[in-house]
Amino acid sequence: MSPEVALPVIIPFIAGALSLIFYKSHAAQRWIGVVGTGALLIASIVLLYNTYTQGILVMEMGNWPAPFGIVLVSDLLGAIMTVLAAIMGFAVAIYSLPTISKDHEAFGYYPLTHLLLAGVCGAFLTGDVFNLYVWVEVLLVASFALLILGGERAQMEGAIKYVALNLLSSIMLLTAVGLTYGLTGTLNMADLAVKLPEVEDQGLVTVVAMLYLVSFGIKAGAFPLFFWLPASYHTPPVAVSALFAGLLTKVGVYALFRFFTLLFNHDVGYTHELLLWMSGFTMITGVLGAAYHYEIRRILSFHIVSQIGYMIMGLALFTPLAIVGGVFYIMHHIIVKANLFLVGGVVYFLRGSYELKEIGGLWRTKPWLGLLFLVPALSLAGLPPLSGFFGKYIIIRAGVEAESWGIVAVALVVGLLTLYSMIKIWAEAFWKAQPEEHEERAAQFERTLSDKSLALMILPIAALAAMTVFIGLGAQPIYELADAAAEQLLDSTHYIQAVLGETP
Amino acid sequence: METIMAFVVGALFAASIYMMLRRSIVKLVIGLILLSNAANLLIFTVSGLTRGLPPLIPEGSSLPAGGWADPLPQALVLTAIVIGFGVLAFAVVLIHRAYEVINEDDLDKMRSTDT
Repeated sequence: MSPEVALPVIIPFIAGALSLIFYKSHAAQRWIGVVGTGALLIASIVLLYNTYTQGILVMEMGNWPAPFGIVLVSDLLGAIMTVLAAIMGFAVAIYSLPTISKDHEAFGYYPLTHLLLAGVCGAFLTGDVFNLYVWVEVLLVASFALLILGGERAQMEGAIKYVALNLLSSIMLLTAVGLTYGLTGTLNMADLAVKLPEVEDQGLVTVVAMLYLVSFGIKAGAFPLFFWLPASYHTPPVAVSALFAGLLTKVGVYALFRFFTLLFNHDVGYTHELLLWMSGFTMITGVLGAAYHYEIRRILSFHIVSQIGYMIMGLALFTPLAIVGGVFYIMHHIIVKANLFLVGGVVYFLRGSYELKEIGGLWRTKPWLGLLFLVPALSLAGLPPLSGFFGKYIIIRAGVEAESWGIVAVALVVGLLTLYSMIKIWAEAFWKAQPEEHEERAAQFERTLSDKSLALMILPIAALAAMTVFIGLGAQPIYELADAAAEQLLDSTHYIQAVLGETP
Repeated sequence: METIMAFVVGALFAASIYMMLRRSIVKLVIGLILLSNAANLLIFTVSGLTRGLPPLIPEGSSLPAGGWADPLPQALVLTAIVIGFGVLAFAVVLIHRAYEVINEDDLDKMRSTDT
């Protein structure tokens, strides 16, 4: 019995409830935002440390023993994801202080972010399939409301697609949960891992696996199910975009990792082959979409899609090294991607536009911002010694060892194209001179931005960039962590034993 | 009974997907409502429809006498109904607000954020 497993879920809920109590006082809500996410960060780091030293931790809700009650399980992957979610929450809470407008605060921005974090952490830690559905709904409802805060036309258009497709994916998840229960009579993940191989008709198990694949594929933004993502992610305030970019699709990726290692490993030749094709097309379509666009947030949104491909590629190859690469890539990607959105936000507040054609000259006035952009941008493209290089290196090496030459070629080419669109942002926003017709607006935006606001925006960006450099330079401990997480994923006996308390 | 229900669930899924493929946002939401009900009925059906056998344990024994209806899917359906209700209420308000802002009911005319 480990009560600390429930803390990353409870803390955001308490913080959210407190923000609701102080609904009228925005200053109090800001403080609760920073302190609450800070406490979440500490709790999740403690959880990761305990999980690393003591093995998989289990908390039975209401003391009902598994598989009858709902369990929260913290294995290394879940704990790592929780830490990343907390880092994102904390960074965005600080970044929100100067960037979120009074209107957004008045309509409940802070309570909604806490609710979103609670949903995300709950999804990472639950050990019950139906409970996963509930957490996914919690985070979806919060994300719906965050997406339309402000109520501009573009937000409405994006939100209709986002809401419709994500509801469709949730209902498919619910359908799959129902069928799983019909097949096995249990919803506890560890119990399912024992009982699914005993199902007589393994063809039906594959059908259910495909339902989960489509459902989580929509959430992860994988090809050919990603169209809601680039249509909506560039519409909300940039702090919200960063939070979404870092966390929401990764819930889908996490669920795919969990389900297709622990539960559905009966027909790897079929399911994981399909995942491999998905990952290849996800990488290509995403990066080509990014190459076409000239709006910072749209470019970055398409890069989320393309990077999801690398993570799914790690899962699809299904060798120990590939899973390590996938986990490593998730860790690197969440930090880098959210950071790029945050930098994009600073560019907006300095120049008044996200359109690359209308901005420029930032290297002349703010060279340090250029450096802070280059760290995550080059890391995303996979240049050594930054974190992205090691993520790509491990995954591509696993591909070479598995002799899947096609996917290796795709991954390498996509890396080059990623570099192309990052250099595009660099050359347009930082290197070229400010276009004259928009000079007035740019000067006005730069004047109105106070030094204090700028410092508060730069603080999380610099911290996340430092993390990127650290993961790159000190890749060994991070690799060992990913290795241990992958070992737990591939050998389900650890998980089953921790939850059910017996050897299967 | 299960066979009939299977056809009902299938018909609901088909109707909802037809509605969601229409261009009107109102029909899109009607499709989502039908879809959520179809999923709930499906959970209800897959666990077997048992009549008149409440899962009550008589005094002095540790198992219900004879067969019993599985209570868990009913709990799941209840939870799913509540969640579905909340989310769909949001969707209805969203399309109302979107109609006010965009002044258009046709999904094909809402492509300014698409790629």
